[in-house]
Amino acid sequence: MAAGDMSAPLPGTDYEHATSLGIANDKLGIWSFIGSECLFFGALISTYLLYVGRTGDSALTPATIFDIPFTSASTFILLMSSLGMVLALAAIQAGEMRKFRTWIMATALMGATFLAGQFYEFTVFVAEGFTLATSPFSSSFFVLTGFHGFHVALGILMLLSMWAASMMGRLPQQLHTTVENIGLYWHFVDIVWIIIFTVVYLIPAATAAPVAG
Amino acid sequence: MSVIASEPRTRRSAFGRPTAETGKWSWLTTVDHKKIGIMYFVTAFFFFLVGGVEALLIRVQLARPEQAFLTADQYNQIFTMHGLTMIFFAVMPLGAAFFNYLLPLQIGARDVAFPRLNAFSYWVFLAAGIFLYSGVLLGGLPDGGWFNYAPLNYIGPNPTDTIGAGTPVAAHVGRMVLYSIGLQIAGIASLASSVNFIVTILNMRAPGMTLMRLPIFTWMTFITSFLMLFAMPVIGVALWQLMFDVRYSTNFFNPATGGDPILWQHMFWLFGHPEVYILILPAFGIVSEVLPVFSRKPLFGYSAMVFSGIAIAFLGWGVWAHHMFAAGIGPVANAAFGLSTMFIAVPTGVKIFNWLGTMWGGKIRMTTPLLFAAGLVGMFTIGGLSGVTHSIVPHNYQQTDTYYVVAHFHYVLFGGSIFGIFAGTYFYFPKVTGRMLNEKLGKLHFALMFIGFNVTFFPMHILGLWGMPRRIYTYADGMGWNFWNMVETIGAFIIAAAIAVFMANVAITRRRGEVAGNDPWDARTLEWLTTSPPPPHNFDEVPLVTARDELWHRKYVGGADRSPVRVPAGASPDHPDHEGSPGASAVPDTAEPAHGPGHDGHSAIHMPSPSYYPLIAAAGMPIAGWGVLAGGPVQLALLALGGLVIFGGLFGWVLEPSAEEAH
Repeated sequence: MAAGDMSAPLPGTDYEHATSLGIANDKLGIWSFIGSECLFFGALISTYLLYVGRTGDSALTPATIFDIPFTSASTFILLMSSLGMVLALAAIQAGEMRKFRTWIMATALMGATFLAGQFYEFTVFVAEGFTLATSPFSSSFFVLTGFHGFHVALGILMLLSMWAASMMGRLPQQLHTTVENIGLYWHFVDIVWIIIFTVVYLIPAATAAPVAG
Repeated sequence: MSVIASEPRTRRSAFGRPTAETGKWSWLTTVDHKKIGIMYFVTAFFFFLVGGVEALLIRVQLARPEQAFLTADQYNQIFTMHGLTMIFFAVMPLGAAFFNYLLPLQIGARDVAFPRLNAFSYWVFLAAGIFLYSGVLLGGLPDGGWFNYAPLNYIGPNPTDTIGAGTPVAAHVGRMVLYSIGLQIAGIASLASSVNFIVTILNMRAPGMTLMRLPIFTWMTFITSFLMLFAMPVIGVALWQLMFDVRYSTNFFNPATGGDPILWQHMFWLFGHPEVYILILPAFGIVSEVLPVFSRKPLFGYSAMVFSGIAIAFLGWGVWAHHMFAAGIGPVANAAFGLSTMFIAVPTGVKIFNWLGTMWGGKIRMTTPLLFAAGLVGMFTIGGLSGVTHSIVPHNYQQTDTYYVVAHFHYVLFGGSIFGIFAGTYFYFPKVTGRMLNEKLGKLHFALMFIGFNVTFFPMHILGLWGMPRRIYTYADGMGWNFWNMVETIGAFIIAAAIAVFMANVAITRRRGEVAGNDPWDARTLEWLTTSPPPPHNFDEVPLVTARDELWHRKYVGGADRSPVRVPAGASPDHPDHEGSPGASAVPDTAEPAHGPGHDGHSAIHMPSPSYYPLIAAAGMPIAGWGVLAGGPVQLALLALGGLVIFGGLFGWVLEPSAEEAH
C-alpha cells in the first residue's frame, strides 16, 4: 500500500493529521498489536514445548493422539483462506464490490471450515479421554490451540461484518484500508497456525515415537 | 465529530454521538486525552490511598511482636492487595495519567491517535480495579502475594484450607480467579494504551518534531509503551493458565499432576522485570523534564538519556531470573543473570550522572518539583545500589525473601516512581488546573515524605540483614526486631501525614491558588506554549518545531557568551512568539503556514466527538469475569451477557457516525 493513499483523511476514520510516518494510524496500530500477539503465542508455544513430553500416566502422547492427515487438510484450508483474503483486498482496491463480497465470504467460510475441523478434532480427543485435565501435555495443547481458534473466530466475525456492511452499502470502496487491516490480522493468525502445526503436530508426532512403517 | 466554535449539534439517530461538553456525561463519554488523563489521575490516586491504608494496616500489625490486630488470612489478603493496588492500580495508571495528559501536548498534537481507544483503556482499568476489589463481597481478596507463586496459588497460604491433596477450597479458587481475571483485564487496558501511545508518538508529531527533538518524557513514554506492549501478553498467558488451573483443572503449575511451578515464576518475572521499568521510566521522564527547567540548563546529554532509556528497556528483558536465584535454576543461569543484572546498572548510572550534570552549575530554583526530582535522584540511587547487591548470587541467597528486598524495591518504587510522580504533580498542576499549588505546603509535604519514607524503609535494610522474613503476619518477641519495626510503623504514619498535607494543598489551591498563566516555571517544552488549562484542541495553531526545547528556543536566543537572552514577544528571529496572555494565543497567526488537513487554524478545528461505547465495551469485561467466578448456569449467563455487552459496545463503536456524516 503506497503511503500516498493516506494523504487525505478518509470518512469514518479518526485521524486528522497527515501522519508523521506516512503510514495510517490504524495500520501502525495493527502492526503494534501483532507485535504484542507474537509474544502471546510465543509464551503459549513455549509452554507447549516444555510440556509436550509430560503425558503423565496417560498413554495419549503426541504420537498416538494426533490425526496428521486430517489436520493437514484443515491446515491447507486455513492457508487457502489467506489467498481468499488477498483476492478480496485486491477486489475492493479495484472497486469490484461484487467480487470483494464473494472473496470475503469465501475467506470467512474457509476460516469457519477450519474452526469446524478444530471442533471435530477436540470432540474426538475428548471422546478418547484426552481432555484439558489429562496431563500437562493435554492442558498446554488445548489452551494453545483453543486460543488460536478464538483468534480465528474473532477474525471470522470481522470478515462477516465486512461482508454484511458491504451488502448494506455501508462499506464504501475508500474503506479498503480497513479491509487491509483486517487482512493483516487474518494473515498473522494463519502464519501462527503454520508454526503451531509444525511445532505442535508435525515435529512431536514424527519424533516422539517411531511410528510403524 | 464536534467542531470547535460551532453551535451544538443534536443527536441524529440511535447511533448518534453524545454531545455534552460539561457535567457528568461529558466525563463518562469523553475522548479528550486531557479529561482522560485527569480521570486516570483521580482514580489512580484513590487507589493509591487504598493501597496506603493497606500499608498502614500492615505496619500496625507489625509494630509490635505477636500482635493480633489482623488475622493471618486478613494479613495475607492485605499485603497482596497492597502490592497489586500500588503496582497495577496506582503507579502504572498514575504514569498513564501523565502520558495521557502530556503526550499530545508535548508533541504538538490535538489528541492521541485513537481517542476512543484511549477512553476504553481508562474504563477497562477502572473495571479491573472494581473487579479485583469485588472480592471484598465475594469470599475474599487474592492472598498469594502479588507474585502469586505456584503452588501457593493452588493450596492457599493456609494448608488447612485444603480439602484433600491438592484440591483447593472454593474460597481460594475464587480469590485466584479474581487475581487472574482482574490482572488480565488491567493488562488489556495497558495493552490498548501502549498501542495508542506508540502510534501517537510515531504518527502525530507536529511538523519539525523529529524523534531526536522529542521531549525526554515523550521518549520515556515511547519506551514504556513498548515494554507494556511486549510484557502484557506474557503475563496474560500465565494468568490464563493459572485461571484454567484453578478453575478448570488443567496441569500447568501443579507439581502433583506433572506441572512445573517454576514455569509460573519464569513467565511471571519475564513480565515482572520489564514491569519494574514500566513503573520507573515514566518517573525518569518526568524528572528529566523538571530538572532542566529548575536548573535553567538544557538536559545534560539528551542523546545519552534517550539511548540509556532504550538500553534499560532492552536489557530489562534479560534479567528476569535474578528474581529466581533461590529457586534452583542452576549455576550457569545464575551466573548469566547475575551478570546481565550488573550490566543494567550501567545505563541507569548514565541517567543518574546526566541528572547530576544537568543540575551542576545550573541556576537552581528550590521549588517543590525540584525537591521531589532531586529526591528521586538520591533515593533511587540508594535503591539502585541495593539492587546491584541482589545480582551477586551468594549475597542474594542471604537476602531473598527478607525485608532487605522490601527495602530495595520501596527505595526504587516509592523513592523513585512516587517521588517522580509527585514532582510531576507539582510541576504540571498549574498546566492542568490553571492554578499553582502552594509552595509552603508543598515543601512541608516533601519534608514529611522524605523523612517518613526514610524512617519507614531504611530500617528494613537492617531488619532484612538480621533475617526478618517478608510476608509474615507476625513475629516472635526476642528476635531483636521490635525496635526497628516500631520505628518503621511511625515512619509509615509520617508518610500518611505527608499525603494528607498534599491533599489539603490540592483542596485549598484548586479554588484559591495563585493563577498560573501559560508558563509559570519558565519551562522549555511545547505543553507550556498553550493556555493553562489548555483548550480542548490544545493549540490554536499546530506549532512548527525548529529545535529541541522548542519553547525555550522561542523565548530566548543565545547571547555572545551563550547565555540566554529574552526575546520580546513577537520578535523571535525565526517565528512569532506564541506565548503570552491567554487572549493573545487565541488569535490565529497569519504568518504561520497551515500544515496539512486539520492543521488549518483559520477554519474550524475538527475534534473527535465523545462516545458512549468505550464505557459500554469496558463494562462487559468484569461481567464476564464474574461469570468465571460463578458456576453452572449463572456462569454461562454471565459469560454470555458480558460477551454481548463487549461485542455490542465494539459494534456500536465501529458503526458510530463520524465527522463528515455529521455535517
